[in-house]
Amino acid sequence: MTSVAAGTTRNLSISQADGERSTVEQRLIPISIMGKAYKVPAGATIMGAIEYAGHQIIRGAGCREGYCGACATLYRLPGDYKIYTGLACMTMVEEGMTLAQIPYVPAEKAIYDIEKLKPNVSAIQEMYPSVFRCVACNTCTKSCPQGLQVMDYIQAAKRGDIATVMDLSFDCVVCGLCMLRCPAEITQPLMAIMAKRLYGRYLRKDSPELAERVKAVESGVYDAEYLELMSMNRKDLSDRYYARDSE
Amino acid sequence: MYPDYMAESLRKVAQTRPKRLELARKSEPVYPPMNAEERRAVLEGFHPDFEASARRPVRVGPNRDESLTTEVADLLESHSWLRSNQVDLKKPDFETDLLIIGGGGAGCNAALVAMKEHGIRSIIATKLRMGDANTMMSQGGMQAAVSRTDSPTRHYLDAIGGGHFENKPELVRALTEDGPGVVKWLEDLGVVWDKEQDGSLKTMHGGGTSRKRMLSCRDYTGAMIMRTLMDEVRNHPGMIEVKEFMPAVELIMDDKGRCAGAILYSLDSEEFFVVKAKSTLIATGGYGRLHIRGYDTTNHYGATGDGLVMAYRAGAKLMYMDSVQYHPTGVSFPEQIAGFLVTEAIRGAGGQPLNKDGDLFVFPREPRDIEASAIIRECVQNGGGIPTPSGRVGVWLDSPLIDMLHGEGYTDRHFPAMYRQFIRYGIDISKLPMLIYPSLHYQNGGIEINERCETDLPGLYVAGEATGGLHGRNRLMGNSVLDYNVFGRRAGRYAGEYAKKVKLGKLSLAHLDTYEKELAAAGIQTDLVTPILLPSYAPEDVKKRQLLRADNELPGTSVLHNRLHDERPGA
Repeated sequence: MTSVAAGTTRNLSISQADGERSTVEQRLIPISIMGKAYKVPAGATIMGAIEYAGHQIIRGAGCREGYCGACATLYRLPGDYKIYTGLACMTMVEEGMTLAQIPYVPAEKAIYDIEKLKPNVSAIQEMYPSVFRCVACNTCTKSCPQGLQVMDYIQAAKRGDIATVMDLSFDCVVCGLCMLRCPAEITQPLMAIMAKRLYGRYLRKDSPELAERVKAVESGVYDAEYLELMSMNRKDLSDRYYARDSE
Repeated sequence: MYPDYMAESLRKVAQTRPKRLELARKSEPVYPPMNAEERRAVLEGFHPDFEASARRPVRVGPNRDESLTTEVADLLESHSWLRSNQVDLKKPDFETDLLIIGGGGAGCNAALVAMKEHGIRSIIATKLRMGDANTMMSQGGMQAAVSRTDSPTRHYLDAIGGGHFENKPELVRALTEDGPGVVKWLEDLGVVWDKEQDGSLKTMHGGGTSRKRMLSCRDYTGAMIMRTLMDEVRNHPGMIEVKEFMPAVELIMDDKGRCAGAILYSLDSEEFFVVKAKSTLIATGGYGRLHIRGYDTTNHYGATGDGLVMAYRAGAKLMYMDSVQYHPTGVSFPEQIAGFLVTEAIRGAGGQPLNKDGDLFVFPREPRDIEASAIIRECVQNGGGIPTPSGRVGVWLDSPLIDMLHGEGYTDRHFPAMYRQFIRYGIDISKLPMLIYPSLHYQNGGIEINERCETDLPGLYVAGEATGGLHGRNRLMGNSVLDYNVFGRRAGRYAGEYAKKVKLGKLSLAHLDTYEKELAAAGIQTDLVTPILLPSYAPEDVKKRQLLRADNELPGTSVLHNRLHDERPGA
């Protein structure tokens, strides 16, 4: 019962619905998945290549679109001493690549009551003291698949500059690669989550209209209009809908 | 980069851009929005739900003889992983007040509220990691009527009109009325909303909104909310226990017809565990990974509709399970990210869908089903699409307008995730348009609930995408983010309240036997075993080699769960 939508007339075998191999000739390239040799389509993502090889991923795939950080991957390329990092769902395979997925990085999250913390350096000192071990080697920044300035936000954390930590770590997907590579064994993403929460909780500028609106709802300001709308028949509701003005 | 043959079409887009920019700067719509009749025509003509084979009657269960999405009917007409006589229910492996199935936004909200309001302990059992959920991926924003020109009742009207007036009114009221409170709740937990200089919330338009109502956290809205909720859940290890890689495969009932927990399955050890719970919440999300009608999906890896089939076997009724949401703007090219979501906020900020000649053919902010159908019509009927090298088709989404409208650097600052996704392939979306086509996005229907998240079965609560009724047959952008927050919180409140007073009877899986009998009586022969848990993307020849196992028996957590697209010998 395979059906193919107009938009997807040909599934390449890169993470697609039916997992069919394309009838289009694909160029296959050699890679090594955890030490075992496979031939996979050139142009596949690492995740697509692992699945093409027939693996059922259990740990190591989440959102598959670069938001969840489940698919951290380490790899090397032939003739190159460097360790490279990437998200498997976002990184393309390269000829001769040898890779391993790192879907979990051991790290201890601090347990805290946000109501009892202050949005300054004291929270960092108390909850994530390892931050002060930073040797400013910049390995974290180099290993970030999101291209974030990780070391800069660690430096900001040391100064208690919560707003900068929030801003620089905003797009962090918590893949854990920085904390795996860090020679000072800092848990950067976990600290950054706390810092973002501290910013949202304490350093935000409050919205006066939000407070008013919450109060208005609680005091039943909209009750009568709700009752009216909810009792309308479909025709009247439709008329009201299509006649509404737009901002 | 785009292949050379698209250059001519790209040139036309650039040519028409100055005129379209001028239009966008005016207060009138850039293209006439459709009236009710035009909406009906484009839906019936081009929405995938209206294709002849899109629906079929289901032959068993509470919705028997009702026409459902074909893949859903297939999913429901299937066998359980378990045989009731092989499970010992007398000694549960775990006991808790509230069992939450699913570790996304709804589940985490429920656990926190049950704890805070009732002092209730819960277990969150989740198939992958906590946060591996569509919640994590919502980019563009959350609707909530917070601005001075807006009101919750106006939000109600927009939502119910977008759903073609078929939404359950009491659910829409709950959604829109709780909205502002949810914004405050999340902010106090530490969510960093995008703000204006004066502290008011930044608001944008979405499809079908008559006021700017979309609140955002750059284009990592869901990720910000999810990580905040998860972090808070993990701050209470004594009250909320998280079991990862432990999906539920069946509900447990008691001898009085009340839900009393679930059977979990460890993906690591392939063991089954009995969890006895005073109340149970299904927060399993949607079904994009069923790849309905062969469409690519924007959904996360575990979105296989598990909650639907568990609840259905236990006797809960489904609502609007004939309706599928295709997001108007999924990626069509590059191939590697085909099907990925391009946030609707791109159109909210002024992005315009264009055909191959660089012309507008639809108002950019129609409700999703209308917009998606119009894009399909443009490609299928009008020949306005641009074919991709792999045989897909797409239309342009002109994103460079955004910087022109809001100032240089705006796209980079407000859509960092989108920018990143395309720049990896040499496409700078602030300079070049994106090629898009509708992608399978959302389960409009689900398990029917009331405004307390209750189902037909006492003790069984459902929240978030797994539910049906709230969105009618079409959800608006930003209402799902609000949905899992509003109803996740409500589920925690009411399921917690119920857990405090219920006295469970003897545990039972008799509903599985009843269901098997019903399958047999309907003459249904199938080798499908559900929940599916994970899709398989192994190529066909790999699958065939895997299936050499005797009797083609299911090998644990391995590939063959997804039989819907399977072409097994003799299947």
